[in-house]
Amino acid sequence: MSTHSVVSSEPEGSRSKPVGSGVVDCDIHPAASSPTEVAQYLPERWRKHVSTFGVRLPNQPTINIVPYPRMAPGHGMRMDSWPPNGGAPASDLGFMREQLLDACNIEFGILQPLSGGSMTTNQELGSAFCNAMNEWQLEKWTRKDKRLKGAICVAQEDADSAVATIERYAKNRDFVHIAIPTRTMEPFGRKRYWPIFEAAERWNLPICMHAPATGYHCNTPSGWASYYIEEHIAFSHPPQTIVTSMILEGVFERFTRLRIVLVEGGFAWVPPLAWRLDKQWQIMRDEVPHVKRPPSGYLREHFWFTTQPVEESERPSDLLDTIRWIGSDRLMFSTDYPHWDFDDPSRAFKIELSREDRKAILRDNAVALFRLNE
Amino acid sequence: MSRHVVARVGEIAPGQRKILEVSGRRIGVFHSNGEYFALLDRCPHQGASLCSGMLVSLVDSSEPGEYRMSRQAEMLRCPWHGWEFDIRTGQSWCDPAKVRVKTYLVTVEPGAELAKGPYVATTYSVTVEDDYVLVEI
Repeated sequence: MSTHSVVSSEPEGSRSKPVGSGVVDCDIHPAASSPTEVAQYLPERWRKHVSTFGVRLPNQPTINIVPYPRMAPGHGMRMDSWPPNGGAPASDLGFMREQLLDACNIEFGILQPLSGGSMTTNQELGSAFCNAMNEWQLEKWTRKDKRLKGAICVAQEDADSAVATIERYAKNRDFVHIAIPTRTMEPFGRKRYWPIFEAAERWNLPICMHAPATGYHCNTPSGWASYYIEEHIAFSHPPQTIVTSMILEGVFERFTRLRIVLVEGGFAWVPPLAWRLDKQWQIMRDEVPHVKRPPSGYLREHFWFTTQPVEESERPSDLLDTIRWIGSDRLMFSTDYPHWDFDDPSRAFKIELSREDRKAILRDNAVALFRLNE
Repeated sequence: MSRHVVARVGEIAPGQRKILEVSGRRIGVFHSNGEYFALLDRCPHQGASLCSGMLVSLVDSSEPGEYRMSRQAEMLRCPWHGWEFDIRTGQSWCDPAKVRVKTYLVTVEPGAELAKGPYVATTYSVTVEDDYVLVEI
């Protein structure tokens, strides 16, 4: 009998879940078990600063809590997500495994830590805080469960420090993307951010831009909205500014391999924005001669979108059309665990996706983009 | 259709619920304002454990600045996405014609009556002195 028999050398149980059958979740929010858990990774100078002055995030009507009261109790958490052993939702790896990774057959989970460091007005502190978040992800999550993949959190408003952070962590494949929130200080195509794009391209790392509750500006261009429902709708506005700014500033003419993932900003708005950009470009392209091709081409090549919360159109076929217009190779499944608007991979799409599209959206697109098979 | 003993009267306190498996289905039995209700423990939206959700009142409004509270503790709010269901009918508040969760008939009967049968009581030994909550499935 041949000792090279592939079938007989397969470990028990591997046949029930063939390789490639799992789900990649592109939006998991890991939490700290205590308010000081991340701060312990700060250098002494900043630990002292935080204990003396605290942390102030920009443009928040309140300090250290989300600007809008969300579903109570728990500020917008899934009501069943509190770990039985205590602590905040998504602060306990054991319970995260049970409730999310194992229950939903998650082959890889991409962490989106929503680092306050990216939005701290004291930018030196912000940079130190991002480094602390990165160390915390390694120690608490990615080294303990190989399914979990981290985000290099950076203080994007100080591009030099952001690049230094990327250089420090990019070699470690526990990190598969660079995390930047969507409400940046200036439109994201501006040259002040280009050193970050250069580093992202050098290390072949996509930049994930997650819609956060906080940011350097109000949540609508006219100021703060009244209700949480409005804030939730406003998550889809900054991504449109990002797309428009990056394309029209010529970012993708310079950085031809740069890849941007827009996380939790919705996706149904993408086709009409592309149509509008192309129409205006035909008329006004002399103003932006560095934009050499129809904007929709750059959009198609450089942007990816996570799905949660999947838009639910009145007629299911409308959503299928939308997915076809964007391209099923550009959408990536996400749960948003442990937030209340969680999507379950087996139930999130209320439409009949083809087998190929389903596999691409639930797994393969993310495996390729984040290089999860390497 | 069969009738199942799911609780002894007094076991589910007012405002509380009991989630259990009956005939292979997970159901929630609620005791609200002196009445009992039973629903399938599965949200028709994305499959969450609906019966772990909060019982809330119905809030509605005739115009901005005005609101009315009614139906105290008769709306069941899903712990995931907050979809609300009427515990009397199982109808969803947002789309009552199309979206509903299965409800079951609940009755309270004295043990003396039950002793005559037929009923299914896998976890209860029915005594004639007590009253019981039954669900018809």
